[in-house]
Amino acid sequence: MDFNDTPEEAAFRSDCRAWLEANAKPKSDHSSAGDGMGAHLDTDAVEASKAWQKKKADAGWACLRWPKEYGGRGATSIQNVIWGQEQAKFDTPADVFGITHGMCGPTVMTHGTDEQKEKWIPGMLTGENVWCQLFSEPAAGSDLAGLRSTAVRDGDDWIINGQKIWTTGAQWADWGILVVRSDPNAPKHKGLTYFVVDMHAAGIEVRPIHQINGGREFNEVFFSDVRIPDANRLDEIGNGWMVSLTTLMNERASIGAGGGASAISELIDLAKRIEIDGKPAIEQSAVQERLADFLVKARGLRYTGLRTLTALSQGKTPGPEASLGKLVGAVLGQDMAAFGMELQGMCGGVNDPGLGIDGSTWQSRYLGFPGLRIAGGTDEVLRNIISERVLGLPPEIRVDKNVPFKDIPSGN
Amino acid sequence: MNFDFSDDQKLLKETASNFLKEHAPLALCRAVLESDDSYSAELWKKAAQLGWQATAIPEEYGGYGFGQLELAVIAEEVGYALAPIPFASSVCFATDAIVLAGSDEQKKRLLPKLASGDSIATFALTESPGQNGGEKSKTKLDGDSITGTKLPVLDGDVADVVVVLADCGAGPTLALVELDASGVERTKLECIDPSRSVARLDFTNTPAEALGKPGEGGRLAETLLDRAAVLMAFEQVGAATRALEITKQYTMERYAFGRPIASFQSLKHRMADRYCDIEIARSNSYYGAWALENNDRELAVSACLARVAASEAFDQMGVDMIQLHGGVGFTWEFDCHLFYRRSKLLSSALGSTASWKRKLIRRVSGQEAA
Repeated sequence: MDFNDTPEEAAFRSDCRAWLEANAKPKSDHSSAGDGMGAHLDTDAVEASKAWQKKKADAGWACLRWPKEYGGRGATSIQNVIWGQEQAKFDTPADVFGITHGMCGPTVMTHGTDEQKEKWIPGMLTGENVWCQLFSEPAAGSDLAGLRSTAVRDGDDWIINGQKIWTTGAQWADWGILVVRSDPNAPKHKGLTYFVVDMHAAGIEVRPIHQINGGREFNEVFFSDVRIPDANRLDEIGNGWMVSLTTLMNERASIGAGGGASAISELIDLAKRIEIDGKPAIEQSAVQERLADFLVKARGLRYTGLRTLTALSQGKTPGPEASLGKLVGAVLGQDMAAFGMELQGMCGGVNDPGLGIDGSTWQSRYLGFPGLRIAGGTDEVLRNIISERVLGLPPEIRVDKNVPFKDIPSGN
Repeated sequence: MNFDFSDDQKLLKETASNFLKEHAPLALCRAVLESDDSYSAELWKKAAQLGWQATAIPEEYGGYGFGQLELAVIAEEVGYALAPIPFASSVCFATDAIVLAGSDEQKKRLLPKLASGDSIATFALTESPGQNGGEKSKTKLDGDSITGTKLPVLDGDVADVVVVLADCGAGPTLALVELDASGVERTKLECIDPSRSVARLDFTNTPAEALGKPGEGGRLAETLLDRAAVLMAFEQVGAATRALEITKQYTMERYAFGRPIASFQSLKHRMADRYCDIEIARSNSYYGAWALENNDRELAVSACLARVAASEAFDQMGVDMIQLHGGVGFTWEFDCHLFYRRSKLLSSALGSTASWKRKLIRRVSGQEAA
């Protein structure tokens, strides 16, 4: 066991740091761990994020793991992690490319033709194009394969109709990955096809959703006779479910890496400053026991991450066990937010950034974390994945599995 | 970055696993539980032939001179097998105490017999209910004799040597007592897990000698508890892993309402949660092992993390194992109670989970020297 960098890793780390020092400011000590749902973005923030991405791409520090032929660095997974660790120490613009690079890029690279990769990957990398993920629908969230938006073939094109929802960043996106039903007569998982859609195409309407944490990053996206050329289809007709799984596994891995664990040191710090019954909360045994529960989980997640990194460096591929990080981390983040408010006594309900303790960050987190427990696979879906794909327990009994999709009951 | 055991350590783990598969089926644990025996002397001897007890003892005292990581991989397999042997008390705590704090003469006299498995050692810190090991001791060490009562002492009825926390006037001091000496009364107590044993030890002017410096026994005992907690966490993780495997197997074979009960989400989700607990505990234990091996300043915190995570993971797995088995889980014939009993023996043996939680936060917040 050895936490130290190898000489090669240390040299790489110092290259990363040198470039970052020359191009960004170090983070202040007061940077907060965020509310679990990422920073609230607006047009200015999107432009800043694009400019930062361009700067990195020009210097060869964008999408490190991606192949050199598309502008990446061909770096190893460990090098990519080292870059992430170093970049996190600097005050860089909020990232609008999480979905573009975390999900869309890997999916296009896994399932796209050479022509498709050449067309789309460079724009993701240079920050020219923001991408979004058009998966969930009003009647198809956890039951994603039950989606109802349709694709009907028309010559060299497909005509898309239907509605998507929970599409992060659709209002800023140039391209989207889209899974739709191309064959309603096939069983649900077999009748799906996966496309890349131009978000500026005629017939697409984007409506932001007002979230409980005040943000408007999620959207509804309506498709009315939108034309997509067949050349924008990823993989075979009817193979959309398999392509979607690639996207989803990448999504959980990238969310799992964030989670709620990073707030633990702020919570311990808060317990030092708050007094209960005339002495610091941190000296009260009931407080100590709750903090210990959080700390054990937060550190456990961090060390689980190190085990995953070790597996990566040994050339292994992390599998469905990555779901653990997202499941445990999201609940932990919400529980810590609630305890941060509990420590504030009667002020727990004050959500005024000017007056509240720590800029009311605990209250913001309390309002943000319910989103993380649902986005990218609800807690319940993740428990199904762990029990079925890690533990090998029997799958759900499916009443809809081998039935033509059009015959599946849909309720109201 | 290499947060993993070495190939040699993995090989050692596999050898231990194969050995216990052959020589320590759960029937052995049950046999000890149903007999008057306090442990399996036969398994202890066979383990000694493999050199387990000698693992971390320096070569000059009859050991192999390996480190704590080697003990950790064995401890995990001991847990997985619910092996009915005094591994934690003798190897992970008391032997370690003598290696760390013993004089050359003490090491020469005691370690070879411990290495060969001919002798069993244990530790005696607490004296009454509610204590977790760090309390002031009423037992007095007066020069070369000791007087007082220790309760409970894991494997105290079968041990040959015991490391006792006592007060010597200059403060807390660890003492070595050989239990065949005069003035020793041993009383075997009913144990929640009769595949293992606990005892009360009464000393009356019993011959004893200081282990380490007089007055420094408190700090030494804390360090020894931290070190043993990391190794016991591996034992708990191993046992919890086995309990989850057995529960999985049973719920996949048991049908109700026309389907395997493992296909119901209320059961699947509970097993998924136990898997998460166990992996979080495993990761914290790995970190503890790293700190242990590198004698790092992180040990004091990492031991608490490993201890709390592993105690809670195994305790909850023990509870859920019975619940998910349903009625048969409450029968003597099914093995669930072996795990349920062992989980509580281990989670109390080094101090309560809550006491480790408080210690963890005192240490990370600087209220207690770490």
